[in-house]
Amino acid sequence: MAKILSYEEKDTWIHRLSGVTKLIFFLLWCLTSMLTYDTRVLVVMLIFSLVVFKISKTRWSQVGAVFKLVMVFLAFNVFAIYLFSPDQGTAIYGTRTVLFHIAGRYDVTLEQLFYELNVVIKYFTIIPAVFMFLVTTNPSEFAASMNKVGISYNVGYAISIALRYIPDVQSEFTKIKHAQEARGIEMSGKASFINRIKNTAAIIFPLIFSSMDRIDVVSNAMELRGYGKHKKRTWYMEKKLLRNDYLTIGFTMLFTAAALLITFADGSRFYNPFV
Amino acid sequence: MEPIIEFKDFSFKYRAQKEPTLRNINLSIMSGEKVLIVGPSGSGKSTLAHCINGLVPFSWSGEITGSLRIAGKNPADLGLFGLSKIVGTVLQDTDGQFIGLTVAEDIAFALENDMTPQEEMFRKVNEVAEMVDVKGLLDHAPRELSGGQKQRVSMAGVMVDDVKILLFDEPLANLDPATGKRAIAMIDQIREKRNTTIVIIEHRLEDALYRDVDRIIVVGDGRIVTDTTPDELLCGDILNRQGIREPLYVTAIKHAGGKISPKDKPQHIESMHLEPYAQKVREWFDRTEAKKPKADTPSVLKVEDLYFSYVEGRPILQHIHFDIHKGEMVSIVGKNGAGKSTLSNLICGFYEPTRGRILLNGQDMAPLSIKERGEKIGLVMQSPNQMISKPMIFEEVALGLQVRGVSQEEIGERVNETLKICGLYPFRNWPVSALSFGQKKRVSIASILVMKPEVLILDEPTAGQDYRHYTEIMEFLKEINENSGITIIMITHDMHLMLEYTDRAIVIADGHLIADDTPAKVLTNETIADKAYLKKTSLYDLALDCQIEDPSEFVERFIAYEREKRGKEDQGNG
Repeated sequence: MAKILSYEEKDTWIHRLSGVTKLIFFLLWCLTSMLTYDTRVLVVMLIFSLVVFKISKTRWSQVGAVFKLVMVFLAFNVFAIYLFSPDQGTAIYGTRTVLFHIAGRYDVTLEQLFYELNVVIKYFTIIPAVFMFLVTTNPSEFAASMNKVGISYNVGYAISIALRYIPDVQSEFTKIKHAQEARGIEMSGKASFINRIKNTAAIIFPLIFSSMDRIDVVSNAMELRGYGKHKKRTWYMEKKLLRNDYLTIGFTMLFTAAALLITFADGSRFYNPFV
Repeated sequence: MEPIIEFKDFSFKYRAQKEPTLRNINLSIMSGEKVLIVGPSGSGKSTLAHCINGLVPFSWSGEITGSLRIAGKNPADLGLFGLSKIVGTVLQDTDGQFIGLTVAEDIAFALENDMTPQEEMFRKVNEVAEMVDVKGLLDHAPRELSGGQKQRVSMAGVMVDDVKILLFDEPLANLDPATGKRAIAMIDQIREKRNTTIVIIEHRLEDALYRDVDRIIVVGDGRIVTDTTPDELLCGDILNRQGIREPLYVTAIKHAGGKISPKDKPQHIESMHLEPYAQKVREWFDRTEAKKPKADTPSVLKVEDLYFSYVEGRPILQHIHFDIHKGEMVSIVGKNGAGKSTLSNLICGFYEPTRGRILLNGQDMAPLSIKERGEKIGLVMQSPNQMISKPMIFEEVALGLQVRGVSQEEIGERVNETLKICGLYPFRNWPVSALSFGQKKRVSIASILVMKPEVLILDEPTAGQDYRHYTEIMEFLKEINENSGITIIMITHDMHLMLEYTDRAIVIADGHLIADDTPAKVLTNETIADKAYLKKTSLYDLALDCQIEDPSEFVERFIAYEREKRGKEDQGNG
C-alpha cells in the first residue's frame, strides 16, 4: 500500500531544513493566505508555492489521493458560495458587471467570478505548502520542532507514538477481521448496513482489548526508561538551525509583513480591479 | 562485598488482593552475578522482578513489609526514575516496548528523557548499537526488524544508561529457538564486557541454561523454594514439583534410572560427564518401545504446488506441497517471518494463492468464500483477546452459529455440548472477563469447535504459557483430537510442542518447504534445524554421547515413554 502523506527521505535543501523552520513557514504562510484577498499577493504566493513544491521532489502518488479529495471539497465550496450569495462579488467590489443571467436572482457577474477566483487561488497557495510540510518533515523531528516552538513535549510525543503504533494496529486489525470473517461475521457489502454496523463490534472490541494490553506494556516501558522525569527533554532527531534555516525564517517573516502591508495599505483586504 | 540487590524478610501484597504475593523473601545478589529466577505463572516471580525495577510499588501499589536495598539504597528514596538509572529492564514483548520511530531513537529514548545533549546521544547510541550488533540498522523502523533484532534494540535502549543491573523478563518467550540461543549468548557477552549484574526471569530452563549461570532461584507460591547452583538443582526433583520443565536430557537420564550427581556437571549436555549414565541410557533405549504409527486415514487437507507473493517477483511461498490426513496432529514450524502465517492465511482463504491448489477432502477450495471455509477449517488466533467480542461466555461461543442463522434450540444444544467438551460448562453464565488467560483460550477454541470444523488451525497455541498451562492446553487439544477425530494443525516455534504433541512437522524456511517428517527426525537433523532456526534437541546429543546409533529413534522412544507416563498419571488422577 502506498503511504499517503507520509514522510519520505530525500535529499533536497527543503528536506535538510529544520522542522522548526518548516513549521514556522507553514504557519505564517497559511496565516497570510487566510488574511489576504489581495490578488496580486495571492498570485505571487501561488507561483512561489508551486516552485517550492517542485523543488521538494514530491511525487504525485504521495499526495494524489488527498489532492483529489481537496479538489472535490473546493468545487463544493465554490458552488456553495455562489448558491448562497451570488452577489458577494458586488458587495465587495461595489460594481456589477452582468455577463449573463441564469434564473431568479442568479446572475453571473464578473465581480463574483473574480471573487471566487481569489478563493480558488487561496486554496492553491496553501495546498502545496501543507503537502510539502507533511512529506518533507520527519515525524520525530516534527515532535521535536513542536516542542521547540513552545508546545509541551507530551503533545509532540503523543503524535510520534501514534505514528509509531499505527502500522501495528493496522496489521492487528486485519488479523482480527480475517479471523472474525472466518467465524462467519460478514464485513463485506453482502451484509446489510445495520448488520455491518453490528458486526464491526466483533472487530472493534477485540481490537480495543488487544490494544489495551499493548498500552499497558508501552506505558510501563516508557516509565522504566525515565519518560516524564524532567520538564524538558532533548531530541535525538532534532536538527540544528543552519544558515539556510535563518534565511528561510527571515524571508518568511519579511514576506508575511510585506504581503500584509500591501494587502491592508488601502484599508481593505481586497484588491479591486473594477474601479 | 555488599550485595547489589538485597531482600530481607520482604513481603508484598497488591492493594487489590487479600493474600500477599511475596512472603518473607530473603535474597542477596552480588554485583556481577548472573542469576536465573524460575517459577510457574502466579508464583510471584514477575512481582519479584517488578520490585527490583520499581514498577512495584510505583506503578502497582500495595503493602510492603521488610526491607529491600538496591545498590545499597532504598528504592523508595530513589523513585522509579532513580531506579531506572541502576536497573535496566528488557521486557518480554519485543514489539510493545519499541517506542521510537527508528532504532536510533529508541535506543536514545532514555537519554532524551535525561536531557542529554545531542552530540553525546549520537556518540552513546553508536557505542551501544555496536555492542549489540544493530549498528547497521540505526535508521530502520520497528516493522523492518525481526524479533531478535528488536530485542537487541531493547537491550541497547537500557544499556545507554550504564545500568548496574540488567533485568530480563522472559527474554525467550517470543523468539524462535535459534534466535533465543543467540540472545542468551549476547547477554553473556554484555556481562563480560561491562561486568553488569544479570537477572533473568524465565521458565524455559533448558534454553536459558545455554550459557553458564551462577545461581538459580526457584520461586513457588510467593516464597523462595530454593536458591542453589544449576548443577545441584538439576539433580533434585524440585523443578518437577514446582511444575518447571527440566532439560530433556536430564529427564531422559532420570527415566533411565540414573541418579545424577552434581559433580558430573549436568548444567550443559556438552560438558556433562555422561560416562556414569551411558550404560543405563542404552539399556533403557533397548527396552523402551517407540509408539506405533497411527493407522492410515484418508487425506483431509492437501496443498499442491502452492505459490504466493504480494509483489510479483518477490515470492513469499514457493512450491509448497503437503498432504494432511484425517485425525493427524501436525505442526508447521520455521523461524519468525518464514511464511508460516501466510500459509495459514492461504488455507483459510484470506489471501488467494498466486499458483497452486488447496484441496479439502479432495475438493478444490478456491470457489469457497472465507465464511464457507470457516465452517470446515477453524482458525484460533494466538491471543484470545484477539477473538473474544461478546461479554458472556455463552454468547461468545454461540456467535458463529448465530450469524449462520442456526435455530435457537440447536444453538443451545451445540453450545452446551461444546462447553462440556472444553470443561467450561460450569462457567457458561459467567462473564468472559472473570476468566483466567488459559480459560479464555479455551473459550476461543470452543467458539471455533462449536461449528464442528474438520480441521483446526492454531497459531502459537502455547505462546507465553508456563509448563503447567502449556500441558493443560496441549492435553486438552490432544483429547479433542483423539475423541472427535478432528485434524489439528499448529503453527509454532516451540520445539517441545512439536516434539511431544505432533506426529509430523512441516518445516518452512524462507518460503520453501524444507522438510515434512516426524519431529524427532527434524530435530535431529542439523541442516534442517539450522535452516529453519530451530535447535537440535539435547536428546540428540545425549543419544550420540551414549553411543546410540539411531538418535532420532531414541527421541521417538523418549516421547512415546513420556506420553505413556502422562497418560498413566492422568488415569491415576481421574
